[in-house]
Amino acid sequence: MENLKIEGTTKTPTVSFDSETAIMTIKGRSIPENSIDFYKPIVDWLDAYATIPGEKTVLNMQLEYFNTSSSKCILDVFKKLENIKKSGKDVQVHWHYEEDDEDMLEAGEDYDAIIDIDFEMVRVVEF
Amino acid sequence: MTLTKIQEIFDLYDSMERKNIMLSFKGDMSTDLLTSILQIIENKLDRFGESPKVKKRIFNILVECLQNLYHHIEQPYKKVGSDAPSVIVMVAKNMSGYAIITGNFMLKNNADVLKNRLEEINGMTQDEVKDLYKSVLADGKMSEKGGGGLGMIDIARKSGEKLEYGFIPFGDGSSFFSLNVKVNQ
Repeated sequence: MENLKIEGTTKTPTVSFDSETAIMTIKGRSIPENSIDFYKPIVDWLDAYATIPGEKTVLNMQLEYFNTSSSKCILDVFKKLENIKKSGKDVQVHWHYEEDDEDMLEAGEDYDAIIDIDFEMVRVVEF
Repeated sequence: MTLTKIQEIFDLYDSMERKNIMLSFKGDMSTDLLTSILQIIENKLDRFGESPKVKKRIFNILVECLQNLYHHIEQPYKKVGSDAPSVIVMVAKNMSGYAIITGNFMLKNNADVLKNRLEEINGMTQDEVKDLYKSVLADGKMSEKGGGGLGMIDIARKSGEKLEYGFIPFGDGSSFFSLNVKVNQ
């Protein structure tokens, strides 16, 4: 299947999903007015990927900001990965946060509490 | 220009100056404007040398406030000659920190729903606000705009202070809602 690549803007993140390496990245800012439109291709791509998932899928989340409109869409992305895990594959989320950004760390912990996938909190000095 | 008019303009300026307003806008909210306001404030916070933590909190709250204005604007109260619904946004800096102030018209019924929500949030401890955020996020319901009622909860969570708000009801079924969100340094 084709890889998914979306260039980042001042309001939307850079997205890079690779079905062969099974490494996915969402990086930057996610503050669009309409997040549902932005996340639809990502969720659709994951639906297709779920039919041929890799043995170990890693999603790198490296967000500087995200709005509440994105937060439910991000949860949808995690739910797709949760289903892949349920099918017996290994799935990990690497949740990156800048060292002084406790709000972003807490946001990652919230998702970790809601979703049944392994979350690794990765502390970074600066993005 | 007449003296009265000059005085009017100065009074507006002076009132904002005394309230330490960094930025003020009154008019209709578009996506371009929203982006510009965010950029202006981000640059100013950089110039002031704010800590990344304070900067991020202000930026996050401002995003939610501006997007609330963008999505939920209603203006049954229409003055002659003003076609687009109009809002007010101000960002102020004082001794203790920052304040993000917004004002917009709402339908009275929606204003009542919002008022209940704000009362509920303000009656909670910070930990309860965090738990509410998590449970609303987890319930999976999504509004048409995607937020699903998380906006005000997130604003309260990031602010860490009680939300200040008020409503002025108008006879035509509309209400003017104003919100003052504080972020301490």
